[in-house]
Amino acid sequence: MQDFINIGKRIPKMDAEEKVTGKAIYIHDLKVPGMLYGKILYSPHPHAKILRIDTSEAERLPGVRAVLTGYNTPPIKFGFYKDNPPLKANKVRSYRDEVAAVAAIDPDIAEDALNLIRVEYEILPAIFDPEEAMKEGAPLIHEEHLGGKEKKPTNVLNLPWRLIAGDVDEARKNSDYVAEDRFKVTWVAHCCLGTSGCVAQFDLKNNLTMYSNTQIPSLAQKDYLDALSAMGLQGKKARVIKAMIGGGFGSKLDTYAYEYIAILLAHKTRKPVKIIFSREEEFFATSPRQPAIIHIAQGCTKDGKLTFRDIRMTLDNGAYTSWGATTPSVMMMPISSLYKVPNVRYVAKCVYTNNTWSQAMRGYGNPQATFAIDSQIDILAEMAGIDPLDFRMRNANTPGEVTPQNFRINTCGLRECIDVVAQKLDWRQNRGRRDGRGIGMASMIHVGGGARVYKSDGCGTIIKIDDFGTVNVITGATDMGQGADTVIAQIVAEELGVRVEDVVVTHTDTDICPWDVGAHASRTTFVAGNSARGAAKKVKEQLLEVAAKSLGENPENLDIRDRTIFSKNDPEKKSPLGKILRAAHYAAGGKMVMAEHFYDPPNENLDKEFKGNLSVTYAYGTHGVEVEVDKETGQVKILKYIAAHDVGRAINPMLLEGQVYGGATMGIGYALTERLILQDGKVMNPNFLDYKMLTAKDVPNIEPIVVETDDQFGPFGAKGIGEPGLVPTAPAIANAIYDAVGVRIKDLPITPEKVLAALKEKK
Amino acid sequence: MGKQTLSFTLNGEPIQIEVEPHLTLLQVLRDKLEFTGTKEGCGMGECGACTVLLNGKTVNSCIFPALEVEGKSVTTIEGLTDGQGNLHSIQKAFIEYGAIQCGFCTPGMVLSAKALLDENTKPTEEEIRHGIAGNLCRCTGYLQIIQAIKEASEQ
Repeated sequence: MQDFINIGKRIPKMDAEEKVTGKAIYIHDLKVPGMLYGKILYSPHPHAKILRIDTSEAERLPGVRAVLTGYNTPPIKFGFYKDNPPLKANKVRSYRDEVAAVAAIDPDIAEDALNLIRVEYEILPAIFDPEEAMKEGAPLIHEEHLGGKEKKPTNVLNLPWRLIAGDVDEARKNSDYVAEDRFKVTWVAHCCLGTSGCVAQFDLKNNLTMYSNTQIPSLAQKDYLDALSAMGLQGKKARVIKAMIGGGFGSKLDTYAYEYIAILLAHKTRKPVKIIFSREEEFFATSPRQPAIIHIAQGCTKDGKLTFRDIRMTLDNGAYTSWGATTPSVMMMPISSLYKVPNVRYVAKCVYTNNTWSQAMRGYGNPQATFAIDSQIDILAEMAGIDPLDFRMRNANTPGEVTPQNFRINTCGLRECIDVVAQKLDWRQNRGRRDGRGIGMASMIHVGGGARVYKSDGCGTIIKIDDFGTVNVITGATDMGQGADTVIAQIVAEELGVRVEDVVVTHTDTDICPWDVGAHASRTTFVAGNSARGAAKKVKEQLLEVAAKSLGENPENLDIRDRTIFSKNDPEKKSPLGKILRAAHYAAGGKMVMAEHFYDPPNENLDKEFKGNLSVTYAYGTHGVEVEVDKETGQVKILKYIAAHDVGRAINPMLLEGQVYGGATMGIGYALTERLILQDGKVMNPNFLDYKMLTAKDVPNIEPIVVETDDQFGPFGAKGIGEPGLVPTAPAIANAIYDAVGVRIKDLPITPEKVLAALKEKK
Repeated sequence: MGKQTLSFTLNGEPIQIEVEPHLTLLQVLRDKLEFTGTKEGCGMGECGACTVLLNGKTVNSCIFPALEVEGKSVTTIEGLTDGQGNLHSIQKAFIEYGAIQCGFCTPGMVLSAKALLDENTKPTEEEIRHGIAGNLCRCTGYLQIIQAIKEASEQ
């Protein structure tokens, strides 16, 4: 193992002191002089025609500066499918449809004004079940939306997700055992503690500054520019400045109606406009994780070799389309490449309904698919009479493999992960007791070396060093609490031979920071890390060249360690970094030491068949859990939780463990307690009393196990770890429950009611 | 609605302010006094992000009527560092043990921990979990927070 100074160290997060003292400024805390407050009026119906809107009374309320509707604003369309206007005219399609918006001098006046807006509706028949919505004659959500070969009006989106590898039908015929099941997963919410918000501001020339908490500053900037064009402001500039982000988890991976509404209000009033969501809005008007109905079949031979995997999915798209509609492209990853499975078929449909519309959430479809796949692995193993541990080992992925989706697996620690989980759970001893206690495991694959979802998967970094050795790293990356700032500082410090405290990371302003595709796909450590390392190498070359002259030594004989440049041949030849920098700067024809580097990983966009090496490397992991199920109440208690992850290398074990703890806890909520309850399209539990995320009393002790495979492409060997922690959680728990009491729950969350009902049915 | 005079001690300093009687303590702290370290996570007393100490005990300031603090002592996160800017041992432990990610729950969490440790200098893990059960955190899974509080209690 290399002798690292900064890599592999438990270094506290760079902004921790600001946050722990309450000095960090979140979007909620931000005030801009002259600022107005915006509020949004939502639809009271899930599907209705708008007959008339009367805003005159609201406009007359003292303190109101603007009232906007879909009838007096330009035709902006946003979202992945461009089917969503910020303010709706003619028709509403869900309870979260924005009908009008107000800007006023204080939030209470804005709220009062909303109550003065009169809207007349004609209620339309609504549809909330995606399978029903696919049928002929179902109410149409978007009448103008045409699909299929005949280009007929339909609720089925023109997103034909279809991955075929090998011959599933033939493989099925030749399988000794085939399991066939239907799984169901529902909406869950991100529950960022800081709610959504922004401040939009125009200068005198109509250039926009957006104070935002986005995870995708460069893509959001592009979205805002498109909106400016639609507003007749072509050629104007958009600048995105990030405040401290109060939680992301994928929720800020798209732009939303409220942002465009703030822009429209700011443009109309010529004043900065701030919109901050209430917690209730956060629950019903932001986009949760996609629900899905999953039909799955898998087969194996007598000796437990997987033969095929065949999955058909229906996804409730809700009333509009965000990037969330593309989660099937990520679901393909575990479907094709979790365990070795030679024949794969996956077909998914996204269907409009009058429900809320979904978005990215940590794992981006992977937890949904993995729940079905790895629950069924246990079912199949039982049919074949093989211990599920042995079954997994027999089919585990290995380095050098090319999967049916053409993923090239270089490093792969899956077997090590399965093995360590089995040891920790004392698998052979504890499996199969059926006495109310049980153990289970499940595994995962995720992109670990970026993900080429867009045409570029790149990130830029600029580094400059001042006369005293302070290293300014200006990165495209986004820190939303996960620790990108700190990991980048560690990588740069290691490369440059300085200390982490010498490094200042700037990542908050699109006018300053280079382009980056965003904090998604667990890509920041890998992509932004490689980018930062590349820039640091260039800076180091410059430093050594400058030092070579003053030290009378060849640059290749020089190195930097702990802020000192020294000769590897003659330790007496050395100089403090600052002295070299000043000498370079103040010489005749002087020079500043700075460099830029853009790293775009050598990964591939999926082709028309949805195949290609999406990521440079892949992250694997296995979770193991021991549960106790109360047969009287159906309550599931987690007694032991092991989370083993192949992370390539832990740049910062403490922050990495934080990702695993947080991910697994979110996953346990997904498995057992969390669900956004929609009744006829209306969110019935838009508060933390009724939406059950885990508290400090509920979370079990989680033991993270770090497996280091030192990936040749990763920065110092690292892979991504942002999402993996919650991917295999639900199937691991479901498998443990089955081992404990012999009931198989295929529908999340696994509530005590469902366990009790299944126990009753079993009797 | 007429304003009323409210006098109380904020982080050890006496303060007098005219407030509308319907305001919550959180509104007075954040909007009137610009003590933005106290966060609003839900506005309904359910998430604990707005936790402050009132005469040493935790309250959810987002549902606590401002006028009720008349004559009492309020401690916010801004009051936890000493005059020289030195951090409280709980704050140091939060930093050192990775108990902070996005940080939005952190001020409330730290104050709940302080109220706990002021009352019970050597809490068990169960008591720590109970002590912060009213403070939701979505990032950390709580475990590093629990560890930080344990470490702080041992100093």
